[in-house]
Amino acid sequence: MSAEQILAQFQATGVQTCFHDRHINPQIYAGLNGSNWRLADYQARGGYAALRKILGQDGGEGLTQDQVIATVKESALRGRGGAGFPSGLKWSFMPRQFPGQKYLVCNSDEGEPGTCKDRDILQFNPHIVIEGMIIAAYAMGITVGYNYIHGEIFKSYERFEEALDEARAAGLLGDNILGSSFSFQLHAAHGFGAYICGEETALLESLEGKKGQPRFKPPFPASFGLYGKPTTINNTETFAAVPWIIRNGGAAYLACGKPNNGGTKIFSVSGDVEMPGNYEVPMGTPFAKLLEIAGGVRRGRQLKAVIPGGSSSPVLPGAIMMDLTMDYDAIAKAGSMLGSGAVIVLDDSRCMVKSLQRLSYFYMHESCGQCTPCREGTGWLSRMVDRIETGHGRPSDMDLLNSVADNIQGRTICALGDAAAMPVRAMIKHYRHEFEYHVAHKTCMVPAYV
Amino acid sequence: MIEIELDGKKVDIVEGSMIMHAADKAGTYIPHFCYHKKLSIAANCRMCLVDVEKMPKPMPACATPVTQGMIVRTKSDKAIKAQQSVMEFLLINHPLDCPICDQGGECQLQDLAVGYGGSSSRYEEDKRVVAVKDVGPLISMQEMSRCIHCTRCVRFGQEVAGVMELGMSHRGEHAEIETFVGQSVDSELSGNMIDICPVGALTSKPFRYSARTWELSRRKSVSPHDSTGANLVVQVKNNKVMRVVPFENEAVNECWIADRDRFSYEALNSDERLTSPMIKQGGVWQSVDWQTALEYVANSLTKIKADHGAGSLGALVSPHSTLEELMLAGALMRGLGSHNIDHRLRHAEFVPAEGVRHLGLPIAALSDLQRVLVVGSSLRKDHPLFAQRIRQAVRKGAQVSVLTEQRQDWAMPLAHTLLQASSHWTQSLADVAAAVAAEKGIAPPAPGRVSEPARAIAKSLLGGERKAILLGNAAAHHGKAASLLALANWIGTETGASVGYLTEAANTVGAQYACALPGPGGLNAAQMLAGGLKAVLLLNLEPELDTAAGAASAAALAQASMVVTLSPFKANMAFSDVLLPIAPFTETSGTFVNAEGRVQGFHAVVKPLGETRPAWKVLRVLANLLGLPGFAFESSQDVLRQVAELANPQTTHVSAALLSNATSAAIDLTPAAQAPVVAGIYALDGLVRRAASLQLTADARAMPMAEPEVTA
Repeated sequence: MSAEQILAQFQATGVQTCFHDRHINPQIYAGLNGSNWRLADYQARGGYAALRKILGQDGGEGLTQDQVIATVKESALRGRGGAGFPSGLKWSFMPRQFPGQKYLVCNSDEGEPGTCKDRDILQFNPHIVIEGMIIAAYAMGITVGYNYIHGEIFKSYERFEEALDEARAAGLLGDNILGSSFSFQLHAAHGFGAYICGEETALLESLEGKKGQPRFKPPFPASFGLYGKPTTINNTETFAAVPWIIRNGGAAYLACGKPNNGGTKIFSVSGDVEMPGNYEVPMGTPFAKLLEIAGGVRRGRQLKAVIPGGSSSPVLPGAIMMDLTMDYDAIAKAGSMLGSGAVIVLDDSRCMVKSLQRLSYFYMHESCGQCTPCREGTGWLSRMVDRIETGHGRPSDMDLLNSVADNIQGRTICALGDAAAMPVRAMIKHYRHEFEYHVAHKTCMVPAYV
Repeated sequence: MIEIELDGKKVDIVEGSMIMHAADKAGTYIPHFCYHKKLSIAANCRMCLVDVEKMPKPMPACATPVTQGMIVRTKSDKAIKAQQSVMEFLLINHPLDCPICDQGGECQLQDLAVGYGGSSSRYEEDKRVVAVKDVGPLISMQEMSRCIHCTRCVRFGQEVAGVMELGMSHRGEHAEIETFVGQSVDSELSGNMIDICPVGALTSKPFRYSARTWELSRRKSVSPHDSTGANLVVQVKNNKVMRVVPFENEAVNECWIADRDRFSYEALNSDERLTSPMIKQGGVWQSVDWQTALEYVANSLTKIKADHGAGSLGALVSPHSTLEELMLAGALMRGLGSHNIDHRLRHAEFVPAEGVRHLGLPIAALSDLQRVLVVGSSLRKDHPLFAQRIRQAVRKGAQVSVLTEQRQDWAMPLAHTLLQASSHWTQSLADVAAAVAAEKGIAPPAPGRVSEPARAIAKSLLGGERKAILLGNAAAHHGKAASLLALANWIGTETGASVGYLTEAANTVGAQYACALPGPGGLNAAQMLAGGLKAVLLLNLEPELDTAAGAASAAALAQASMVVTLSPFKANMAFSDVLLPIAPFTETSGTFVNAEGRVQGFHAVVKPLGETRPAWKVLRVLANLLGLPGFAFESSQDVLRQVAELANPQTTHVSAALLSNATSAAIDLTPAAQAPVVAGIYALDGLVRRAASLQLTADARAMPMAEPEVTA
């Protein structure tokens, strides 16, 4: 089956990719139809104008490195990979005067269950990432970059390589970009599908050809990154946001979101909605609105719960979610995280024990095994939830689950331990009665999905 | 220096240190598994989590750099709770069967579990089982379920041994320490992984289940093999050596020992041990008592001397013998009027030395060298611990160049390799000297062609600050050894590098110091082995394996009227007339002088086996029977007291004035007639040759030793 056929099959079931008309003020996904990904199409949409602007080739004076960073700071662009760290601030950490090689890395190792936004960017608008990376490289004085692409989206990797060839052929990438004195070499690399390689230091290890295991921080990549050199790592969507910011200014980007949460954000809405897919909406859009454009809860059922930012973010009951806006600060205030923007919707037919069983299995399977609490703890959590789900739970198990999750959280090298612990704690916090019912009755509280 | 507060105590510590270093300095113990002072920091066990003020999470002490004014609490509720939770995680999949574990009683996990573990487990799921692995004759990986994935062994391989033989494959709960599919662990330093493994996952194959740690007495000793003089702790049960582990000495072996030092003890308990004196009469060996044997030897020596003159008596002594034994053997021969004694068994050239030849710099300085030229050495195999130190130097940026016959895996990056047949090494070194001369615009010491590798080596040696030219065993045993030394000295002088011999054996320096060398008109080792002697004393050696003459020496020795072998083993039986059982290093007190001139005395750790006696006593009694004066020694220390500087118990090094690698030999560039004779790593001396497990290693199998003819 060709990629197009698979796509058609998905669309027939209501699954949306990024090319539909229900985005709100889209910037990254604007004007895409699935086949207009080439350089010429991108330039017709205004692509590479931002690059020409900073290089002073649009008739203007160009932008200095400091001006580019200031613009990104002003835009309040925050890292789209999950942590939401202010991007301009991150760029300013790069020691620009460092003698020797510095690296720019794009983290396209999109492995968080529920997230598929970067895949669509790379597949349908690859040049926006290339342009964003060139601008970032210019701002930080970096000459070599890599885009590390998840191993399970090989098509996107091939697409990106093709786009790189186009950009190189057009003089947009390589030595003396557009005849200027600025040179930047960008390469694509693909992983092999390990979730842990999305953790920035594990990604660097993997990129170096080693086993993908996170490094202890400090030192941070800004001082000791790829091959031990200063390195800046951003998410695909972050880079993709940069051209618009440069073209329209930081203030304009900030204005389309809300204070401290600039711009638009892509949400990968999945689960029990009528039209799961990628939706690009301004930061601060109410969750209710997002749910509405995704077609509402499937088959008219009641909203039970939402995992608002990818599988590692704590689950929130539907009632709380309906009052929230989708931005970093609002979701954090409610006790969860916006994360990578993967919104997993659960309706009232979902058993929370079963849901947690699937999540816990994932984290056990993806733990790298390097540090003790995660290696040993994720398996323990998974087995306990398994036991409750299969009717062998004990009344003391909920407290034990909480305690083990507590013991993992904050004691591991990277955030995978936290990611495994948080869903457990949130599930038990909000749905303890379902777990207790399972232990007492050896069966689900909710009827099986029909 | 910055100041931090650790558990309320002020600690001054160098900037860039970790909290763990500060705790070490303050004498505060922070529990840990993956941290090891000689290895890189992994921070993966999480046992050392401590409470750092202003940090929301507990921080690993091993990987958290100190900052000015940092306040650290290692025993606050937050720290203790973190440590307890990590201990719980470590134990959930670890078998809780310490009583049947070989590591029981000396296990870091067991010890810390007492402090931080619960009294019962909250874990009721199935435990993980990890497949056993076979990685060779030395390390047992039968119980990998016990592994806690601290990766000390992996880091040891990468950083100290220089070869990554063990790695952690797979992921998460399935992570396992193993070799690449089906391979074995063949490093010459592999045994150290057993020491650094904090649990019972890696254990000693030869030792496993033969004793409990608390049954063992621990006694200090010194390795009798290579010239490092590695400090040992010999562990003894029921008067039998059960195990050997390192004794930490930062100036000598740090906390490592070579596998040769660790596993050679198996030979001490081998069936080949000689347990009573034996005399061959009419071609038949008979056990006799000491009185009979020594009187026989004394009478024969007296008679042969009377018949053929003192010049017909000779002694070949092993440089693995103690200083006391060598001094007495020399005194005995000189007392008899003979100057025929030599320890240079594998040498091809016997130009008299102008001093005691030695390493030329402290052993510890090897770790800090910036430029090294190694001439004629399989460094890893000949001197595993020197190689380890130079490897550390390379990690810090040192350039190592080598002049060698064959490309070998040095387990470290080499800057320049000059490949040349050993016969032409003098010319190659002259080429390097010529390149140095060309760079400096001076006259070369001998004609040489400035080849590309020679120029590269010369440039390397002219750069950097701390540098050394090290002459290996093959250079010492070379047919043109004096010319090589003269050339090395010239290069050393012109480049500012120290020049030294790695020196072959535990007491090569001591043997020179004790004058186990031919006196005026005396015969050297090659001459004695060529035949012509009427009575020969063989102290601690097997001429067929320990000398340059090799198998030919047996025929030559068979011509003598009497050959007396003093050995811990039933050796040399084909051509000897008398066998005298002498104590190996574990059964006698003695002294070795290592490559740098460090005097290291040791005591017997067990009683001599059977009728075995310390060689110094045997030689003393033999001298008494011969009526020689000046042999009234009551102890091995008495023997040393003859030398003024050794009489002082404070003496740690032999007098520097005696040490010298100078030579006034003329440089002769004609090719050497024969290749230098060098022992394989596990064929160096009688002990390692009889250590069963060592003989099963890949290194031993790759370099099989010639089988001596055994007729018992």
